[in-house]
Amino acid sequence: MNSTATLISRNVFLALASIIVLLCSLLLPSTTYSQVDTFEFDTEVQQTRFRTLSDELRCPMCQNSSLSGSTGGVAEDLRREVHRMIMEGRSDSEIIQFMFERYGDFILFRPRLTAGTVFLWFGPLLFLFTGGLFAFGIWRRARKITDSDTELDKYQQKRLQQLLGDKS
Amino acid sequence: MNKLKFYLPVLGFVVVAIALWRGLYLDTKTLPSMLIDKPMPSFELTSVDGSVVSNSDLPGQIFLLNVWGSYCLPCLIEHPTLMRLSEEGEIPVVGVNYRDRQALAVDWLAENGNPFSFSILDESGRFGIDLGVYGAPETYLVDANGVIRFRHVSVLDETVWQEQFLPAIAELREEGS
Repeated sequence: MNSTATLISRNVFLALASIIVLLCSLLLPSTTYSQVDTFEFDTEVQQTRFRTLSDELRCPMCQNSSLSGSTGGVAEDLRREVHRMIMEGRSDSEIIQFMFERYGDFILFRPRLTAGTVFLWFGPLLFLFTGGLFAFGIWRRARKITDSDTELDKYQQKRLQQLLGDKS
Repeated sequence: MNKLKFYLPVLGFVVVAIALWRGLYLDTKTLPSMLIDKPMPSFELTSVDGSVVSNSDLPGQIFLLNVWGSYCLPCLIEHPTLMRLSEEGEIPVVGVNYRDRQALAVDWLAENGNPFSFSILDESGRFGIDLGVYGAPETYLVDANGVIRFRHVSVLDETVWQEQFLPAIAELREEGS
């Protein structure tokens, strides 16, 4: 009896520990190393916009990194273009449109909502909803069972007594 | 009803599993070009041999636009195919010397042969951005009106030529006649 309790508490401890480790790893900053550029800006706002844009735009060559985290040739050119357009006073949406016209949805880490990307945007919600529906169904059934079946009726009580009596 | 309740999740699982399984084998490296069916971006730039070239210098017929660089090994692999196409007069080839240095480009052409009617010099990669290029080699099929109709990323060898370009060109010819 005692050993089972230890085993259970040890498992609970392990489960909690792994959850904590997982949460901590989520909190850690992601390891994208910004490229050191020597771009000059007039204002801090321009610089912040540049950083945000180069984090939001994806490098077409080295696929899963952003413009800011990539050493690729195209990424370098595109960073220079973003800088140039910011200095020319173009708005963020104009810059994003410029990139979209040349490289398509791929270059946007947050693709536009179109007929083709609807599933991309709302697919996870759909999965969550159906999963939730099943979870709810299971939970309701489980509650029904515990509500009705934990109490023993008179016949079952008698049978239990008999069985216990037989043993002793 | 109960049967449906059992089979619905199973069916859902199968659908998702098939979709994900297919996803494992999707080609995510080759991106679709945004410039398909759009006119070639306008340009007025220096060519590798030093003359000024613009859209009016483009061949008035179906041609290949090949993005290359002297640093690019795959370009060397596809080079014999481009040489053959140009020498046999099968199709004119225009080059885009992408993110290279003019002197290196000149040397490379002298050493390996020049299949290009001319090569647009794009040292900064700015023209490449307008084309939506993400790395050499890339080859575009442009129609007689200067509209981009097809793009192939990476090496253009005889197999790719036979299997992808020839049917695409045949389609363009049919459309034009």
